[in-house]
Amino acid sequence: MTRLTIAELQTIRDKNRATFTLRKGECKARVTVHMGTCGIAAGARSVMTSLMNEIALSGREDIIVKTSGCGGLCAREPITVIELPDQPPVIYGDLNEEKIKEIFREHVIRGNPAGEYALALGSETIF
Amino acid sequence: METAVRTHAMLCGGTGCMASGTMKVKAAMEDEFKKKGIQDEAKVVLSGCNGFCAKGPVMAVYPDETFYQDITPADVPGLVEEHFLKGRPYQKLTFKEHEKKVAIPSIHDIPFFKHQVLVVLKNKGLIDPERIEDYIMMDGYKALSKALTLMKSEEIVKVVSDSGLRGRGGAGFPTGKKWELGLKIRADKKFVVCNGDEGDPGAFMDRSVMEADPHAVIEGMIICGVATESHKGYIYVRAEYPLAVKRLQIAIDQCYEAGLLGKNILSTGFDFDLEIYQGAGAFVCGEATALMRSVEGKRGMPRPKLWRSAVKGLWDKPTVLNNVETLANIPQIVLNGAGWYRSLGTEKSAGTKVFALTGAINNVGLVEVPMDTSLRKIIFDIGGGMINKRRKFKAVQLGGPSGGCIPEAYLDIPVTYEEIQKSGAIVGSGGMVVMDTSTCMVSTAKFFLDFTADESCGKCAPCRIGTKLMHDLLIDICEGRGREGDIEILEEMSDTIITASLCGLGQSAPNPVLSTIRHFRHEYESHIKDKWCTAGVCRDLCTFYIEEKICKGCGACMRACPSKAIEGEKKKPHKILQDACLHCRTCVDTCKFDAIKILPLSARTAGEADLQFLAGMMTEATAGIEKAEV
Ligand SMILES: Cc1cc2nc3c(=O)[nH]c(=O)nc-3n(C[C@H](O)[C@H](O)[C@H](O)COP(=O)(O)O)c2cc1C
Ligand code: SF4
Ligand code: SF4
Ligand code: FES
Repeated sequence: MTRLTIAELQTIRDKNRATFTLRKGECKARVTVHMGTCGIAAGARSVMTSLMNEIALSGREDIIVKTSGCGGLCAREPITVIELPDQPPVIYGDLNEEKIKEIFREHVIRGNPAGEYALALGSETIF
Repeated sequence: METAVRTHAMLCGGTGCMASGTMKVKAAMEDEFKKKGIQDEAKVVLSGCNGFCAKGPVMAVYPDETFYQDITPADVPGLVEEHFLKGRPYQKLTFKEHEKKVAIPSIHDIPFFKHQVLVVLKNKGLIDPERIEDYIMMDGYKALSKALTLMKSEEIVKVVSDSGLRGRGGAGFPTGKKWELGLKIRADKKFVVCNGDEGDPGAFMDRSVMEADPHAVIEGMIICGVATESHKGYIYVRAEYPLAVKRLQIAIDQCYEAGLLGKNILSTGFDFDLEIYQGAGAFVCGEATALMRSVEGKRGMPRPKLWRSAVKGLWDKPTVLNNVETLANIPQIVLNGAGWYRSLGTEKSAGTKVFALTGAINNVGLVEVPMDTSLRKIIFDIGGGMINKRRKFKAVQLGGPSGGCIPEAYLDIPVTYEEIQKSGAIVGSGGMVVMDTSTCMVSTAKFFLDFTADESCGKCAPCRIGTKLMHDLLIDICEGRGREGDIEILEEMSDTIITASLCGLGQSAPNPVLSTIRHFRHEYESHIKDKWCTAGVCRDLCTFYIEEKICKGCGACMRACPSKAIEGEKKKPHKILQDACLHCRTCVDTCKFDAIKILPLSARTAGEADLQFLAGMMTEATAGIEKAEV
């Protein structure tokens, strides 16, 4: 590490924003990928990898990614739920590596729910 | 492009959890992450002490805020599958409320954590103490930036004075006053010293702070340097704290590299150097003047306080000495202001205090609470009450060898300097030991006098000889040689030691005896006159006896007795053979029906009828007390 100035202290804070978000739970978007046995069998693993790549590409550091078990809609797996502040959560189904990228860009980055892939609105109980 | 990480497993890397196997769990988790193919998205991070050491290794997983305890490598596959893959709390390892057995996964719902207010420990479990970026991320060195660029020395001193912060090392001296004197005095050299000696038996507050958040202490010290125009600091840590020393050294090295220590800090022109001095771990070396002699390389002995250390301290130069916890409060006071700090606690005891809560309760560990919190809340809400439901609360010991025992009648007082002092104890550095009805108060006093007699540096006769004599007298009382008038002799000796000792060690050494005489005089009397230790702790002053009417003949005590001193047939009243009994108390703790009574020494030779009568009276008496309490 080189010698810091006060401005550079702030740069470090900004650079570590993602870690801060994750640990303090202060986020702008929450994405939950279903990773139950049914989800994984249907390809949730590659949906997750693709999503994590998209997040890294976007450079966004205020997004929290969670996993959850089976939500009871096994036929429509892989399923992912996206929540933005002050908006009802949107449940997306029948996902694959490509669809999740598109949904991420549309919904999380631009803020427009990607209606064509949405299964339903509203929250679901995870536990 | 760096890969994005979705979850951090903050595994505790404090001394307690390390000893219970943190590193093995870490290796197993990293292995399992690889097996499941999530090693890029899930990370294990070693944090500092979480305060729940007895349940270690513990871990908090973010962003889910789920808390896990007692983790073993064998649990890891299930844990990773359930939590890290499927996102469900792994019930087997979550906290469970005593008796109710309901799992509480969220760290914010667990009573032990829920009732705490974190100022000094705000980063605990949230940062990797070996990464300066983690500390900076949590607004670290923001207060220093503010102090260096926006505040004059006088202004820093003023905000510390106005905050009402008092020294957390034991004496509770107003920190602002100390700094004011430190700033005012002119000298070619001045020093800032951090007291991390922490000699009270059982205390580990300062160790945890140094291990979990070393930069907070360092930032506090540099700010103290700015405020008092001093350019050199020492952190005095006992060598028995190797992890604290290691983490502090890493932090200091990082600061030198980042230009937060050394010349021209943050390019503002201010210089400050800092080094660690390792002490050999003598209790008296925590005393201000002895500590400074020790840093000078001399034998750590107190000397008369003709001047305040702020005038003549280390190498006779003006020195501001503060405790670890005191200094760790400073950055946040500078950042958030005096009013914010004052909003916690009371007028005269502002802010929070960290306690090391241990003893006969369910949840033991490190606890930070505002100073207006009652003892009852700490012991029963945070501590979860008595661990043994058949026993009751008896006393809580505060302030270690310089403190005292507080009985039930005072449980609703807040943990302020004034109220605790009035009760006969002191807040001290924060050791808090909860004792139940199986504790003998005379033995408790004896334990502390044994400690101080051992740790007295020997310079003053009243302390050196007096504590030894008091200890001997307490041994006599506990072994049945107590005589009428002993209590008065103890009180007289206490008086002399308090007035004639040079340093705080001697001046406070009699406190454990005085406070137990004050609140539990009847126990001293029953030891001396009746030769009866009603708690059954002093082996020479008790007789264990099974009350026939209550005994169910279950045989549990017989199996538990190490000396085979209990006999009886199934479902018939059992009997203790007095000649073979070791008076170890094992049977009393084993019997679920409270059939075993603790009678005075004289009962060993009493007739059967007398014994049954006596035992019956005791049962009635306790039943009476219980009724009265309901
Ligand atoms: C016998 C004895 C032991 C002490 N041990 C410690 C100690 O371990 N840590 C500590 O901070 N203060 C200890 N003190 C108190 C120090 O003398 C001093 O008051 C304190 O470090 C000042 O810092 P503060 O004002 O921030 O509390 C001890 C005092 C005595 C008399
Ligand atoms: S009071 Fe005790 S410890 Fe303190 S200087 Fe005297 S002899 Fe040493
Ligand atoms: S444990 Fe209690 S009830 Fe059982 S035999 Fe012993 S004294 Fe009797
Ligand atoms: S060492 Fe892990 S909780 Fe204290």
